[in-house]
Amino acid sequence: MLDIKKIRADFPILSRKVNGQDLVYFDNAATSQTPQQVIDVIVDYYSRLNANIHRGVHRLSQEATDAYEQARITIQKHFNAAQPYEIILTSGTTESINLIASGYSTLLEAGDQLIISALEHHSNIVPWQMLCEKTGAELKVIPMTLNGTLDMEAYENMLNSKTKLVFVNHVSNALGTVNPIEEIINKAHAYNAKVLLDGAQACPHIKPDVQALDVDFYVASAHKLCGPTGVGMLYGKSELLETLPPYQGGGEMIATVTFEKTTYADLPHKFEAGTPNIAGGIAFGAALDYMNGIGMDTIARYEAELLDYATAELKKIEGLKIFGEAIEKTAVISFNVGSLHPYDLGSILDQMGIAVRTGHHCAQPIMDFFEIPGTVRASFSFYNTFEEVDRLVAGVRKAVLMLH
Amino acid sequence: MKTIEAIQEELIEEFSLFEDWMQRYEYMIDLGKSLPLIDAAYKNEDHIIKGCQSKVWVHADLKEDLIQFTADSDAIITKGIIAILIRVFSNQPPKAILEANTDFIDKIGLKEHLSPTRANGLVSMIKQIKMYAVAYQTQLN
Repeated sequence: MLDIKKIRADFPILSRKVNGQDLVYFDNAATSQTPQQVIDVIVDYYSRLNANIHRGVHRLSQEATDAYEQARITIQKHFNAAQPYEIILTSGTTESINLIASGYSTLLEAGDQLIISALEHHSNIVPWQMLCEKTGAELKVIPMTLNGTLDMEAYENMLNSKTKLVFVNHVSNALGTVNPIEEIINKAHAYNAKVLLDGAQACPHIKPDVQALDVDFYVASAHKLCGPTGVGMLYGKSELLETLPPYQGGGEMIATVTFEKTTYADLPHKFEAGTPNIAGGIAFGAALDYMNGIGMDTIARYEAELLDYATAELKKIEGLKIFGEAIEKTAVISFNVGSLHPYDLGSILDQMGIAVRTGHHCAQPIMDFFEIPGTVRASFSFYNTFEEVDRLVAGVRKAVLMLH
Repeated sequence: MKTIEAIQEELIEEFSLFEDWMQRYEYMIDLGKSLPLIDAAYKNEDHIIKGCQSKVWVHADLKEDLIQFTADSDAIITKGIIAILIRVFSNQPPKAILEANTDFIDKIGLKEHLSPTRANGLVSMIKQIKMYAVAYQTQLN
């Protein structure tokens, strides 16, 4: 059981007013809120520990390094990676994806094939288009069905010996669909293709086990997991990370430097050039501790109840259409009412203190597929309540009346 | 002909009657219904205002040295916003449009729409209106 009162008290922002009313925050898929426990870690870092890591012999530097490396171990354990050095700390999911794309630009040849899905966020489309332009590799797209799931038969037909990489999101940000990742991975591996999963939207709701999945690369952002912005992770199987060239040159990532030749540091430092987001990394670990303290299973169960309730209540509104009704989906509802523009609905909800996302959610191909300009997206977290769902439903009803 | 300032004062007075945001929004939505609509032929890429989550098209003609604006949007609130702007700036000489300030938007309680990051692109709409005024002013000189 989840003690919602106690949990809400952990999040200072949830008690603020917006436009004179209690905030209802339903934009969790864009960024999650931060509990006091994580805020305290950031404050503590700058109050007590602040120093550059990995090179100082002095006490502060050692303590900061220990805290940072402890966070890496927390992340490793959360994702069940075999080794801490298989976790690369980055500035977020986007950088993690670009790091892999950049690495593969030296490994791909013209005629090779990359597969992405029609459900991707722009950040998981554009880097691969750029990679294909650079290498002459070909980009294929797994199509989507009307209920927002991937066409797995089409996927199977695309795979062949030329397929080198498959990139899909674990969960779609625009629709909340949970993709059949085990099947995607197994089928890709049958052709010796590697798989990168974008876990940005999955990790707030699901705890992935990278070893059990046998996934090759997995990426996520801290700020969707109750952590700060500007920090994220890349998991890669060590033997694969070893084959990739460094992403950026700089300090921290080298073993020796002469003007003739630089040798690179071992994992994970090879991919962590420059001074990292130290406070962010430590807070990332604290955020995972916080979520694990509640329990990811407990979180998932509670969110599923919220989702079911919100889906049923919203559907009672005449003309409301939900986009993405996969059986397996996370606590995200993308919807429109009749021909009303999502922007109109979102603006009026904002006046009522209700934060939702409107627009194409950085997934224009999905909106084109449904032939709509965008949707209103309400995304729920474990700190949201059923009463807040009621306020959303009442808010939408009121907005519809005003706009007609 | 009313001056831009007089029309702005008029709007400030009208909006001051409302007690809450709902009434303000309802009025804005009503104003959108009386928007002088853009000719369908101009509803194209050349007339679209970038930087909006909704689509907004604006067209301008010069008649007897005064600019006549027409517009449309696929969102109702945005239509209200552009209708307010057109009520203020249409049927005015280009020079007056160029010299006008837009403080009235704050005064009618729509300040939040003035943020440049706001997805409705109010700032872009004003910019586009002023661009038309620049173009026609040059033509008149």
